Amino acid sequence: MSNKIATREAYGDALVELGKDHSFFVLDADLAEATKTVKFKKAFPERHIDCGIAEANMISVAAGLAAAGNIAYASTFAMFAAGRAFEQIRNSVAYPKLNVKIGATHGGITVGEDGATHQCLEDLALMRTLPGMTVINPADATEAKKAVEAAYSTDGPVYMRFGRYPVPVLFDEQYSFTVGKGVKMTDGTDVTLIGTGIMVSIALEAAELLKTDGIQAEVINIHTIKPLDRELILASAHKTGAIVTAEEHSVIGGLGSAVTECVCEGHPVPVLRVGIEDQFGQSGSVEELLAAYKLTPAQIAAKAKAAIAQK
Amino acid sequence: MKKAQIECLTKTADNIRMSVLRGTYLAGSGHPGGSLSIADLLAYLYFTEMKINPEQPRDPERDRLVLSKGHAAPALYGALAERGYFPKEEIDTLRKTGSRLQGHPDMKNTPGVDMTTGSLGQGISAACGMALGAKKNGQAYRVFAILGDGELNEGQVWEAAMFATHFKLDNLCAFIDVNGLQIDGTTAEIMNTAPVDQKFKAFGWNTLCIDGHDFNAIESALLSFADCNGKPTAVIMNTIKGKGVSFMEGKVNWHGASPKEADYQTAVQEITQRLEGNCHE
Repeated sequence: MSNKIATREAYGDALVELGKDHSFFVLDADLAEATKTVKFKKAFPERHIDCGIAEANMISVAAGLAAAGNIAYASTFAMFAAGRAFEQIRNSVAYPKLNVKIGATHGGITVGEDGATHQCLEDLALMRTLPGMTVINPADATEAKKAVEAAYSTDGPVYMRFGRYPVPVLFDEQYSFTVGKGVKMTDGTDVTLIGTGIMVSIALEAAELLKTDGIQAEVINIHTIKPLDRELILASAHKTGAIVTAEEHSVIGGLGSAVTECVCEGHPVPVLRVGIEDQFGQSGSVEELLAAYKLTPAQIAAKAKAAIAQK
Repeated sequence: MKKAQIECLTKTADNIRMSVLRGTYLAGSGHPGGSLSIADLLAYLYFTEMKINPEQPRDPERDRLVLSKGHAAPALYGALAERGYFPKEEIDTLRKTGSRLQGHPDMKNTPGVDMTTGSLGQGISAACGMALGAKKNGQAYRVFAILGDGELNEGQVWEAAMFATHFKLDNLCAFIDVNGLQIDGTTAEIMNTAPVDQKFKAFGWNTLCIDGHDFNAIESALLSFADCNGKPTAVIMNTIKGKGVSFMEGKVNWHGASPKEADYQTAVQEITQRLEGNCHE
């Protein structure tokens, strides 16, 4: 786990790899250096379309390309994709079920020093409400790369969230990724820790902490928020009887809400949520922000004990 | 243009108008005013200009039309039905539950609808995407877009206007239906978009101003579009909202109100008389 790569880097690399054998367009909104689509721009300049600082137009242009039979990856920060262009995504992409793949980088609090205006904590919630939208939040660079490939062959719109900050590589190239299928990372019997995105590796650390207290945690990686792997989640709920969710996102509407809905309807057990508590972020170093907003192994472990106590 | 051709197009436009009135009357809602103002343009595009085949509505090489002012869907459906994309009887289902003819255009549902629109400002961007796709892929199809003058309030229109010039989309022709009215009043009162032509010129478009109810003028504008290299074309059409139904002409209250029984019958009578007068076939 010592090797760390930001998932946005993997996004750029994956587009280049995919571009060698497949024909599609990559759009950006004057952030190619940051979203890493610049790698694709260098490799395939004719298929990279920089739309300037106009995200609403970019998403609708991508919709037009897709309506004419093309596949388009549209890239900007999560804030400006899911946020600013939400209605374009809803009405011009999701409603007509077009092949627009949204590569949203700089998701979550780990944007760091740019502060609250650029730290999107609501995108998973927003995208999850759209009928037919696939929502993927990869845990590491390998998963990010495979998500980009899977998005290409997924019919209809896909929202992919990538991060700015380097995170541990959890999977090797042999890792088998399936959209909508969660991954059991460790087996446990006392509590289930369900993480998404960068919180998967933090949940694994939490499981180690719990082990020292004699608690066996089952860690599940939910890389696809929608469609949710209900089967895996309910089986684990049945087995452990207590769940903690962990996401670099508001506790409202994202993974925590999705899991809670699933468990409430399918097999009610205590569910406690780790995430950003109904507030905006702020400027700071990533390490300080993760600590300040309690996106830590210690917080997950504490919530795990509280969830177990509620059984 | 020959007199017979003009008569034929006039008849087609009036048939489109009949569909607009019938559809919105039976639905009890809809937007007749802005539909009637583009009936002439749609007649010209679908019956003279566009390279299309109703038997193959998804032909990848077809010309496209994006109704960016999607609330004028009744006129689009009228044109598509006239052209044979679906039976004219289906106009009676407009806006009804389960109908293929949704209140605003739905490309997944309706044969001949090239883009889902309705939320203003988005269609012109999608048209840009289609046009750029054609250029990048070496395809010869052209893209027509129809916008309202009220729609020009949307900032996204001007994002698209920049984009189209930047990418030299000379296969894109946007018609601006300047009927001078938007929901809350005249465009001059609510959000003045004038001078529309100078704005598009400043954005680098090949810009023309025409009478949007004059088929010869529409023909000339399209010749200019065909001749223009390296720039998108904007055709600023002066039109009359509610055109073709005398009591609806220039009246803002017919933007989003459907005709009731008596008004419907009066309007049908007026158009029927004109159709009988024009029809020499």
